[in-house]
Amino acid sequence: MAIAKRPPPELFKLATNAWTKPYWDAVARHSLVVAQCTGCGTCRMPPTPFCPTCQSQQIDWRTLSGLGEIYSYIIVERAILPGMTEHLPYVPAVITLEGGGGVRLISNVVDVELADLFIGMKVMVVWDDLAEGVAVPRFAPWAG
Amino acid sequence: MITDKTAIVGLGATPYYKRGTSTPQTLEELVGKSILAAVHDAGLKVQDIDGFAYFAGGFDTALLAETLGIPEIRFSATLTGTGGGSAGAIGLASAAIVSGQAEVVVCVGANQQGAQRFGSITSAYPATPENAFFSAAGLVGPGHMFALLARRHMHLYGTTREDFAEVAMSTRANAVTNPNATLRQPMSREDYFKAPMLADPHCLYDFCLENDGAVAVIVTSAQRARDLRQTPVRILAGCHGGSRDWGRSIYWMNMPDESFASSGHAAVAKRLFAAAGVDPKDIDVAQIYDHFTSQVIMQLEDYGFCEKGEGGPFVRSGAIRLHGGRLPVNTDGGQLSCGYVWGMTHVREAVEQLRGVAVNQVEDARLALVTGGPSIIPVSGLILAN
Repeated sequence: MAIAKRPPPELFKLATNAWTKPYWDAVARHSLVVAQCTGCGTCRMPPTPFCPTCQSQQIDWRTLSGLGEIYSYIIVERAILPGMTEHLPYVPAVITLEGGGGVRLISNVVDVELADLFIGMKVMVVWDDLAEGVAVPRFAPWAG
Repeated sequence: MITDKTAIVGLGATPYYKRGTSTPQTLEELVGKSILAAVHDAGLKVQDIDGFAYFAGGFDTALLAETLGIPEIRFSATLTGTGGGSAGAIGLASAAIVSGQAEVVVCVGANQQGAQRFGSITSAYPATPENAFFSAAGLVGPGHMFALLARRHMHLYGTTREDFAEVAMSTRANAVTNPNATLRQPMSREDYFKAPMLADPHCLYDFCLENDGAVAVIVTSAQRARDLRQTPVRILAGCHGGSRDWGRSIYWMNMPDESFASSGHAAVAKRLFAAAGVDPKDIDVAQIYDHFTSQVIMQLEDYGFCEKGEGGPFVRSGAIRLHGGRLPVNTDGGQLSCGYVWGMTHVREAVEQLRGVAVNQVEDARLALVTGGPSIIPVSGLILAN
């Protein structure tokens, strides 16, 4: 059986703005946070300048447990870019974040037997440090 | 309302080249060739053109006017977004004409893929704060992203790869008899399941082609259309837009559960049928943007040809087959097997069906639906009649 690896790290180049930087700064410290509207409590991902529910610009940064659930996933087994082969297979996934008010993160499930994947699987954040001050959250199966 | 006030009167296209083989022609040259063919088809002169209505950012109107010798431009506008606007650009042209801003408007789409393929296009996007939220996951093309929606659809509704296979096979069957089609060998169920998985649950044959080429149409007023060479193809409605819940869709992935596993077309579909004054059951032939087989199934649901979640059983019943299906779909072989020119091949095929000159002619085709690509909003739809 095959184990899910990680996608090529060079695909990721971090760019931030004033609204997304606190999220990525937290990630670099291995903390998963979500932007929650101070006014109405709506969470949003990614962090943007306005609350889509009440248009407030006030944000509370809520720290999450790192637990999540697979909402959907795919398995990438074929290289469509040069240099991808050694990173195959990998599993891009949409993860519903526990305590995040329903928001989802586009990430990867790693270190899992491909045959064991299913929608609804409980996962826990793991951290990949890619460069000085730059990390990305990925998710691994969580036994509880 | 634009209903029946404008018509498509000219159609022009380059050959559908295999990706990267249209050189040394330039992209502007392909665009120009399709426009010249369309004005000739209409019985107009290139000097009659006074407007351009594009989608996905369009082309350089100034350069086209300069190179083609168009004396005066009165309208030049594009829908925002990407391939979602291919059908809606026709509605934009109609809006320009009905409001008196222009009289002879070109809608054109074209691709030329050199070093950068569409299949891996998202990996070439610039690093932006928004892109940072998907690029780390290794989603390097729309095929990866839409497969996430496909998996969710399978989970919610029991859709299977057999359903995707039926879309691929029925579309291929139409390409087999189309001399313009890129892939003309028949596809069996066995062929489909032998194909490599590119983005499980999507295999090679769930993906559209990547062609070079250009397709242009000429839109003018219903009144002027009467005196031209071709029997006019009437524009009943052309709508674009979409709901906030769909929004940036594949680049966002935070659509509410009820719209995640969809094509994002539901809002536009509702408005389109109302504007045209017809129902889904009235449509004789549909050209459904088929970048991925699973998205054909979800559009059939969003346009109301079947209930939400019933798209799989609908296609497996043979409903979209050219022969014996109640709604023949992508009768030229679609983007899956005929040619991919960012949705404009679908406009072309609808026009040919309604002129009665299609290679795979649907008998007595009176009403045709064309959809733009499920993608970020605006998405779009078009209803044409003869």
